[in-house]
Amino acid sequence: MKLTKTLMATTALTVTAGAVLAQDMADSMTLVSWGGAYQKSQVNAYADPYKEMHPGLEVVWDESSNEAVAKLRAMDEAGNVTWDVVDVVASDALRLCDEGLAMEIDPNEILAAAPDGTSAEDDFGDLLVGDCFIPQIVYSTTFGYRTDMVPDGVEPPSDICSVFDLETYPGKRALEKRPINNMEWALLCDGVAKGDVYDVLETPEGQQQALDKLGTIKDSVIWWSAGADTPQLLADGEVFMGSTYNGRLFSVIEEQDQPVAMMWDAQVFDLDGWIIPANLPEDRLARALDFIMFATDTQRLADQAKWISYGPARKSSAPLVGQHAELGIDMAPHMPTDPNNSQNTFLYNYEFWADYRDDIDAKFQSWLAQ
Amino acid sequence: MRPFHTDKNKFDKNKDANGDTMSDVTDATTAKNAPTPDDALRISDSKASGPVLAADGTPLKKSLKRALRAQKLRALALIAPLLIFILITFIAPIGDMLFRSVENQIVSSTLQNTVVELEDWDPAGADIPGEPTFEALYWDLFLAAEAKEHTKLGTRLNYEETGVSSLFRGVGRGIDDFGEDQVEALEDFDPVWEDEMFWYTLMSGGDGAEQNSRHLSAARERLTTLTTDDFIGSAGFVPGAEISELLPRTISEYSTFALFTVFADEDVVAEEEPWEAVKVSLIQELTSGVDLAGYSGPGAAELRAAQDMLADQPAIDFKQAFLDDDEDWADSGLWETIKLYSPPFTTGYFLKAVDLQKTVGGVEAVPDGEKIYGTLFKRTLFMSMVIMGSCILLGYPIAWILANLPVRTANLLLILVLLPFWTSLLVRTSAWKVMLQQQGVINDILVWLGMIADDSRLVMINNQFGTIVAMTHILLPFMILPMYSVMQTIPQTYLRAAKSLGATNWTAFWRVYFPQSIPGIGAGSILVFILSIGYYITPEIVGGTTGTFISNRIAYHISSSLNWGLAAALGSILLAAVLILYWAYDKIVGIDNVKLG
Repeated sequence: MKLTKTLMATTALTVTAGAVLAQDMADSMTLVSWGGAYQKSQVNAYADPYKEMHPGLEVVWDESSNEAVAKLRAMDEAGNVTWDVVDVVASDALRLCDEGLAMEIDPNEILAAAPDGTSAEDDFGDLLVGDCFIPQIVYSTTFGYRTDMVPDGVEPPSDICSVFDLETYPGKRALEKRPINNMEWALLCDGVAKGDVYDVLETPEGQQQALDKLGTIKDSVIWWSAGADTPQLLADGEVFMGSTYNGRLFSVIEEQDQPVAMMWDAQVFDLDGWIIPANLPEDRLARALDFIMFATDTQRLADQAKWISYGPARKSSAPLVGQHAELGIDMAPHMPTDPNNSQNTFLYNYEFWADYRDDIDAKFQSWLAQ
Repeated sequence: MRPFHTDKNKFDKNKDANGDTMSDVTDATTAKNAPTPDDALRISDSKASGPVLAADGTPLKKSLKRALRAQKLRALALIAPLLIFILITFIAPIGDMLFRSVENQIVSSTLQNTVVELEDWDPAGADIPGEPTFEALYWDLFLAAEAKEHTKLGTRLNYEETGVSSLFRGVGRGIDDFGEDQVEALEDFDPVWEDEMFWYTLMSGGDGAEQNSRHLSAARERLTTLTTDDFIGSAGFVPGAEISELLPRTISEYSTFALFTVFADEDVVAEEEPWEAVKVSLIQELTSGVDLAGYSGPGAAELRAAQDMLADQPAIDFKQAFLDDDEDWADSGLWETIKLYSPPFTTGYFLKAVDLQKTVGGVEAVPDGEKIYGTLFKRTLFMSMVIMGSCILLGYPIAWILANLPVRTANLLLILVLLPFWTSLLVRTSAWKVMLQQQGVINDILVWLGMIADDSRLVMINNQFGTIVAMTHILLPFMILPMYSVMQTIPQTYLRAAKSLGATNWTAFWRVYFPQSIPGIGAGSILVFILSIGYYITPEIVGGTTGTFISNRIAYHISSSLNWGLAAALGSILLAAVLILYWAYDKIVGIDNVKLG
């Protein structure tokens, strides 16, 4: 009885406190994400618990992250930004920041400190790229291959250069239809040292060298443009190996049980996270900030890893990563950041690609069309 | 509208006819004097060439015109909602989008001073611009960085010159420190230069001083041009007249700072310490030997002391400051690009859209390794033609059968034709992937039949072939429907008549039936061709590298690279190509020959 009373009193207090706060905060919020398994992980780890804390809050999901940059720019020009928190990859966040479409943030002010008191800035560390980006997960673009298509008597591929080795590993490859990552891998397998890749890629000769290397396998490549392509091509046996996001490969291997294995060598780390559109009205901004504070704390980031095999962006979240919520397998070995998987890695070079993307993409597309 | 035109024409014709024969008729009337039905007209004509009158006495022409005008207005009022709707939601945005293909104001509105300085600079010369240009660039970029506009310009110029993006982003972080030594020396010499109230009094000339708002309005215009926000209203600051005469540069920078503080940051001018750029401009003016002897306003003593102190300091070297920030500022390519793109309108996007580029020496072709748009335009036109052709070949027999079957059966078959319409486009396209891929249905069947070996399966998807097959399937209903509705109107008796007159089957078809079905082919062809020329999703999914269209590049520039100017230029060219083809069609076949039913 006493307990019930206390509980009721606490609930009443919480509700009152919530009501007071809610006066300053908008009672609906539009979140933008990628859809699919990734958005599901966000709903489970962030949005549902947050809604429980704030009954009456309406959360709308918009699956537009793929065109977030263009749409946000169009909304801004129309003077009617309807999004409150937008999930984008780091390179898009940089672009939005440059265009003045994303709000600049002070990580220590708007993000929670780690449970042990480490400041948010130190907890996220180098992953805070740009002035507007709030990191959420580390994912990687890496290769998966069909285990049943490895020729007899040959070791399964474990080296990035096996992608370019058609003699030992015949079969089609799936590569993304853009220069980013492909150019780096090509140079790496053409004898360029890992530390020099971007210095070489800055020069027209280096770009040609990379294209020439890619040219050696051009006839055996199927170029993909959506993240779901490679898993499908692998499942159909259309390709022997292909690059895609590691979470997609996880679901092909563990959830769909296909004869596919990971090849983590030279995986390219990339970041995905939130931005808040610039110039939001005060009540909506207050709501967005409140949600961000909650959704990027140590426990929440670790929770997301229960649903998808992407590494949490906070150092303090890593030890909390547990088991998959449905499959019950340990998630740590499937994280791109796991020490066994990350022996040889790249970090997406945001500054370089912000500068060279247009130029190299023109050459790459011209080369593709030839 | 139509009956009216005809009536009016008829009336005009009658009148003309009467007019021509007027003299004869008049003679005849007077001679014969027998009443005829058109007597009234004749009489009115004969009456000293007076105008034809309506019943109420007004000239018929006038009253007819009035009636017509009322009709027209009523018709216009009826279509007005749709017209306005289309104008606002369709024509205007498209016009705006196309306008972006030449619009280039961002350079001149962000680098307002630099652009003026660059007018006299000769890009063909060996040297990069000198100190005055770099100083102008400092004023421009400092303000742009405060307003966070510099990275937008960086992105814009990066489309033309690789590396500008990070150059501008970097200088935005470092520009606060330019002239740091001198500013620190000033502040160390007298802390009053860090005092916001002192600055405010100095710049406004103190209470009751004579005011001069010329610099303030100039600053307002500068900010409005830069940010597109308006800075209208009271800033709580007006420059003093005396100090404006003495230190115009500083006043101008301070006015900009004041307006920005009030309207963008929503703070109070007198409570904010001025930007570094204001202090730098003061240092520049004091060291350039401004004569303070006659000045007696607020801060006169501090100004004189500062001038004496600064005389011993080295001058601020803006060029060196930029070069220390990043040595790429010495790159002549960068300055050529800024100069080339400084006019408010540019042909740059259109040139790029046809694989050309602007250079100092004029227009040049881009290097072979970067040419792409010409290929894509040609490919788009060619493949659209092929798709249109295969739609005609496949659709004609189906439409013929549909038109010649009993209505009940025809309707059933028509539903089969329409069925793909009711399936999602993505599903239809993906289904073709399943059909055509190397481990797909068709290849499996061919291997099972032993027609091809297992290790030499046909490549039928992710190339031109795949795109043509999938798009022909998707667009086929657009060809069949107009053909069918035109063929339905061709009486079968014509064919029978032709045959009964001795024509062979072929002659009857080719000479009698086919010419009558051409309007349907024309309508279908126009529909299919125009739809396919702008198609995007299907080529993206099944096109691979050899089957993609120009629209895929447009989509890339709209949604990924954000180069909307180039996308708009590509879109304009596509639009022009379609219009030219439409015109050619009109000339060759005649647009009157198109029927949708």
